Amino acid sequence: MKRFWGFVIKEFYHIFRDFRTLLILFGMPAVQLLLFGYVITNEIKDARIAIYDQSKDEVTRRISEKILSSGYFLLDKNLQSIQEIEPVFKKGKVKLVVVYEPKFAEKLQKTGVANVQIISDASDPNTANILVNYAQGIINNYLVSINIGQVTMQIIPEIRMQYNPELKGVFMFVPGIMAMLLMLISALMTSLSITREKELGTMELLLVSPLRPIQIIIGKVLPYVLLAFADACIILLMGKFVFGVPIQGNVILLLAESLLFITMALSLGILISSITSSQQVAMTLSLVALMLPTILLSGFIFPIENMPVVLQWLCQAMPPKYFITIIKAIMLKGNSFIFIWKETLILIGFTTLFILISVKKFNIRLA
Amino acid sequence: MVEKEDIIIVKDLVKKYGSFYANDHLSFEVKKGEIFGFLGANGAGKTTAIRILCGLSYPTSGILKVAGFDVYTQRDEIKKNIGYMSQKFSLYDDLTVFENIRFYAGIYGLSKKEIEIRSNRLMEKLILGEARDKLIRDIPQGWKQKLAFSVAIIHDPKIVFLDEPTGGVDPITRRQFWDLIYQAARDGITVFVTTHYMDEAEYCDRVTIMVEGRIAALDTPEALKKRYNSANMNEVFLHLARTKVLS
Repeated sequence: MKRFWGFVIKEFYHIFRDFRTLLILFGMPAVQLLLFGYVITNEIKDARIAIYDQSKDEVTRRISEKILSSGYFLLDKNLQSIQEIEPVFKKGKVKLVVVYEPKFAEKLQKTGVANVQIISDASDPNTANILVNYAQGIINNYLVSINIGQVTMQIIPEIRMQYNPELKGVFMFVPGIMAMLLMLISALMTSLSITREKELGTMELLLVSPLRPIQIIIGKVLPYVLLAFADACIILLMGKFVFGVPIQGNVILLLAESLLFITMALSLGILISSITSSQQVAMTLSLVALMLPTILLSGFIFPIENMPVVLQWLCQAMPPKYFITIIKAIMLKGNSFIFIWKETLILIGFTTLFILISVKKFNIRLA
Repeated sequence: MVEKEDIIIVKDLVKKYGSFYANDHLSFEVKKGEIFGFLGANGAGKTTAIRILCGLSYPTSGILKVAGFDVYTQRDEIKKNIGYMSQKFSLYDDLTVFENIRFYAGIYGLSKKEIEIRSNRLMEKLILGEARDKLIRDIPQGWKQKLAFSVAIIHDPKIVFLDEPTGGVDPITRRQFWDLIYQAARDGITVFVTTHYMDEAEYCDRVTIMVEGRIAALDTPEALKKRYNSANMNEVFLHLARTKVLS
């Protein structure tokens, strides 16, 4: 046991003497979270719009006012002719143009129907979609407000955004970043540190020593378990105190699930290092084979339901997907263990699988 | 001279990779306290054999005993009694001289006090006094090599296995390195060393010359030179290698 601790201490020396490792370990969570939290955001503020009002009556003016006072839109220009629409889009600043037909108020009064056209710049489809929805919503709201007191029947949907009432993007990013970073630190760092010993030739020396292979492996990964766990705590604390992401559920359960995910990622790192002996290959494998799927196929940014069926199947094989589901359930919905036992079981399954393969590979290498 | 006990016994060692024989029925004994050289060109099977003896690789068949223990069933016992150093350099660059010593002594289970005593003795021997707290990457290559050897025998093993320990080292350091090997042998450590430098073969008590996975000759350097009527080991080796090719 004493031998083993000496080994773990040595591993900490490696980590704390390498500036780059430290930077990845502690700089990255903070930077990533700030980047995703502040820079990359789905919410839209002050999008520039142009209005072509052919009617210029009371109603159109009031609708325009509503649109501009919503906080989402900023008036760039009042257009005077239909020909001006194309050029303002081409300049690129204006994302949306609202066109009212002539005699808008009069038509609305007489026939109950008036047309307003919303044209948006769909070269960025997501933004276009969101803007159109916002504009539509505002116009509908206005209609509802002028109809009050009249006998016309109407259904007014009352919408509540459960678990994230303000639709904050950061609610989605905290779980995602947590999965991504824990994966990166655990899998990448361990596979690097094991292959480094192979490259240096020190691995042979360790294997010749009385240390057992299992002690060597555990000794190498244990420091990373602790550091990854510290990172998980940093991310959660930052999420809570900087971005106001709540932790509705049981904190202990959340941490336990994080530990499980870390173990899963570590066993994957061991697996990677058991099939390669160069740091370069280990790095490439970890980044390409782990990071991209974690970002793209885990439901972190892109909803899995919208993917082609084949990719959806592939997503089922991505461990981070289950972890993200788990943390979202605990943090945002406050779910208890009975709601997430299935995902937990799947993660345990992955872990066992990776460890089994690694052990087998390790034996083959020795023969 | 009194016949000393055999500390390594190898009978009919075979190691196959597919249909290729890396070690083709090797048999030899190493006596306690001797410097036993394993010579051969690259790919002759030296490293394969030394890795099997160290427990880094399994033999396909054959009987092997190292320090009195069976290679198949008593690996843990063997590991406690051997030291190993490979051609690949094997100290940690980002640890200091003392930390490296402490680490390796630690994994062999030496006590804190014992580690302190031995590392001081070692620094004195290598005249490394002021380098104690320097990182390995900051000390000269020659020192590293000598330090690596000293660390490989820090736990006083019965046998030390050296796999081409002087590869890529300048002649002066090589000479100094062999002084260390002699000293270890005088202290009672059996030295099993592979090399492809033929001049180093002269330093060994007995040498085995490997050609294409087989033992082509095994004797003292003097006897070999006499037998093949050669002035030095290089000629002996060329003679053996050529006969092999011709046959």
